[in-house]
Amino acid sequence: MDGVAVGSLYALIALGYTMVYGILQFINFAHGDVFVLGAWVSFAAAGAVGLSVGDQTAVPAWLVWLLGAVSAGALAAALYEFVLRPRLGAGRPPATRLTWPLAGVSVVGWGTLLLLVATRGVVAGGSHTIAGGMILVLAMSTCGLVGFCLERLAYKPLRSAPRLNVLITAIGVSLLLQNLGQLEWMFGTRPDRMPTLVPDTVLFRIGHVPVRLVDVMVVATALVLMVLLDWLVFRTKMGRAMRAVSFSPTNAALMGVDVDKVISFTFVLGSVLAAAAGFLYGQKYPGLNQTAAAGWVLLGLKAFVAAVIGGIGNIRGAMLGGLLIGLLEFFAVQYVPEGASLRDIFVFGALILVLLVRPSGVLGKAVTEKV
Amino acid sequence: MPVSRIRALFVAAVAMGVLTGCDQSGSTPPATSGAAPASTPANLGTNTPAATGGDTPAGTTLTSGEPGEAAPVHGDTILVGHFASMTGKEATFGQSTDNGIRLALKEINDQGGLNGKKLEVITYDDKGDSKEAGTAVTRLITSDHVVAVLGEVASSLSLAGGSVCEQYGVPMISPSSTNPSVTRGKEMVFRVCFIDPFQAAAISQFITDNLKLTKAAILYDQTQAYSKGLRDDFTKAFTAAGGTVVADQAYSGGDADFSAQLTTIKAASPEIIFVPGYYTEGGNIAIQARKLGITVPLIGGDGWDSSQLGAIGGAAIEGSYYSNHSAPDQPNMTEFVSKYRAAYDGQTPDALGGLGYDAMMVLFDAMKRAPSLSGKDLAQAIAQTKDFHGVTGNITIDKDHNAQKGVVIVQMTNGKPVFAAAVDPSAKK
Repeated sequence: MDGVAVGSLYALIALGYTMVYGILQFINFAHGDVFVLGAWVSFAAAGAVGLSVGDQTAVPAWLVWLLGAVSAGALAAALYEFVLRPRLGAGRPPATRLTWPLAGVSVVGWGTLLLLVATRGVVAGGSHTIAGGMILVLAMSTCGLVGFCLERLAYKPLRSAPRLNVLITAIGVSLLLQNLGQLEWMFGTRPDRMPTLVPDTVLFRIGHVPVRLVDVMVVATALVLMVLLDWLVFRTKMGRAMRAVSFSPTNAALMGVDVDKVISFTFVLGSVLAAAAGFLYGQKYPGLNQTAAAGWVLLGLKAFVAAVIGGIGNIRGAMLGGLLIGLLEFFAVQYVPEGASLRDIFVFGALILVLLVRPSGVLGKAVTEKV
Repeated sequence: MPVSRIRALFVAAVAMGVLTGCDQSGSTPPATSGAAPASTPANLGTNTPAATGGDTPAGTTLTSGEPGEAAPVHGDTILVGHFASMTGKEATFGQSTDNGIRLALKEINDQGGLNGKKLEVITYDDKGDSKEAGTAVTRLITSDHVVAVLGEVASSLSLAGGSVCEQYGVPMISPSSTNPSVTRGKEMVFRVCFIDPFQAAAISQFITDNLKLTKAAILYDQTQAYSKGLRDDFTKAFTAAGGTVVADQAYSGGDADFSAQLTTIKAASPEIIFVPGYYTEGGNIAIQARKLGITVPLIGGDGWDSSQLGAIGGAAIEGSYYSNHSAPDQPNMTEFVSKYRAAYDGQTPDALGGLGYDAMMVLFDAMKRAPSLSGKDLAQAIAQTKDFHGVTGNITIDKDHNAQKGVVIVQMTNGKPVFAAAVDPSAKK
């Protein structure tokens, strides 16, 4: 069960790697750090509503909410613009350049109010699960905003530069995020405890394996997000645009696809999923290490391995790869003698094996559509 | 300024007839040394550009060089270096130690410093990385010209820094590295704390004599010299005392999931679990152990000593023990604790703060006694430290450069470590 839970988290992170690779053919090394950011933003948000058990982050509560609300508004506006409006038909009001920010601002106002009031009330009422959901949304939207900014500021200026430059930039961005997170007025350098929002009860047992509520929540949330993503990519206009850009940016541009918009959207999407993974990870393993800890880097790497094993550039492959890696890791640790001391060897051994036998990944050829 | 400093240094060096050459390599290109006397030994010119810390020219064996000699010449301050994990996974270690050192420094300077000269501490962050530790110490010695180095908490990092100090002949005091190899065979490296075999014996004695338990499981960090050493020493001491180690499991630092190891441990039904790691994992292991229905107490080493242990472990860590250098509620700590609280907005110092303070004070005490601040004289003075009244206990440096002190066992009560027992395994024999 642990394997499935952690595997689905790997899958969520791997999706971000794979989508960006599918479209830009470059590996966004900063993606793992967005995941860490998601975990810490959740922690800060939990502190902001008075849930924290350890000491608080230095980030003031109002800032967390402001940032969260702004990005929630932006995310909502983007979803409306790209996903909903094309489906609702021409009769709907167009979100032109003028209405765009307006929509954002109004959502922000309402979002802040609603989130604040609701979460405060919910915390007082004792239902941490709903508060958890709100924190999740907040972390996702904040990281979405961060992902958007990263792409615009760091990667977009390098769109025509050699791929190596972009790769090095990604490593730079990764270091920047790691070290910014360590600043005292950000999250500081102390490890902390994520408050438990999901009660840790054993629901039922399969054989002698206990199935815990926390694992079910993690898997369920991850599954819902993945199904949503699958729908978004394969059933909506924006998804078609993403696939088109992935197939050939030049041709897509000639067909009237706004390539920049699609790339931004992809980054936001990947970051949002990574943030969700960060929040869920914090629920499963509440001891949060500070942002530059080696353990985080390793997690990001494993998710990347999942993307490669599934076939990089392939969305369903990343989901499958994540689950495979998670299961492999946990089964090997449990059943191979001395497995616990060789934990990472299994994962990276599997990577070598896949690269030798089937370099394009498990689903690399079976599905030709890439994103 | 650099040129005149070099001249002064050269004159001193030539007068001594020996030099290491490495001392200046960090800050000065050889070209500026044109004014140096022709009698400068030839190895200087060759060492200077090349000595980046990696090579060990003949002149750098510790019998010769007094690079520290030249250091206090410039300015009115005496520089002391500190390398620590100010950021990284074990960041509270470095921060507490640095707080302790700076508290001691302030007191020293308020009382007039050393013969009218103020002391100054330069702290470099090694991020908990042994490569960074080596670089930080090299930089402290070659470019800042410190007379002595303080640091590190983690034994792996003290080993890295210690070999650099050894190479340049600059004394180093580790406040709290407990692995025996840190000072073994080193002329320049000291510590103001006990060593792991002693600590492990104390933990073992506490389990067998105070708690009267005989079945222990071990879960250790295979990537840390500290953790492996404690595990080996504990196994020896515990078996010798008639106990049985029923399970012996490993993890890698930074791991988040310990369920596989803990399942194995649970199956062996120990009466106590020894976790000789650091506090982050200690807290996480406690949480997962309780989740799996393991109710026996955990016991850790001094690596658990952090205010964050209670924060991370929460209810899961309640009632568990760890061995430490001191407990904040010990009688001899009260004065230090109140001073520390006043200086650092109400924070309660962990033992590392106290050890940092003691390391600085022992160094200052040696500085007062040493005939000069050269590396050799200073090291000799540190080695002669006897019955120094530190806040973490009386410190006498033995022939192996270790401090002889008792071990304190604390128990986590309401999220805070509370004094449980003082154990001195050496008294028993």
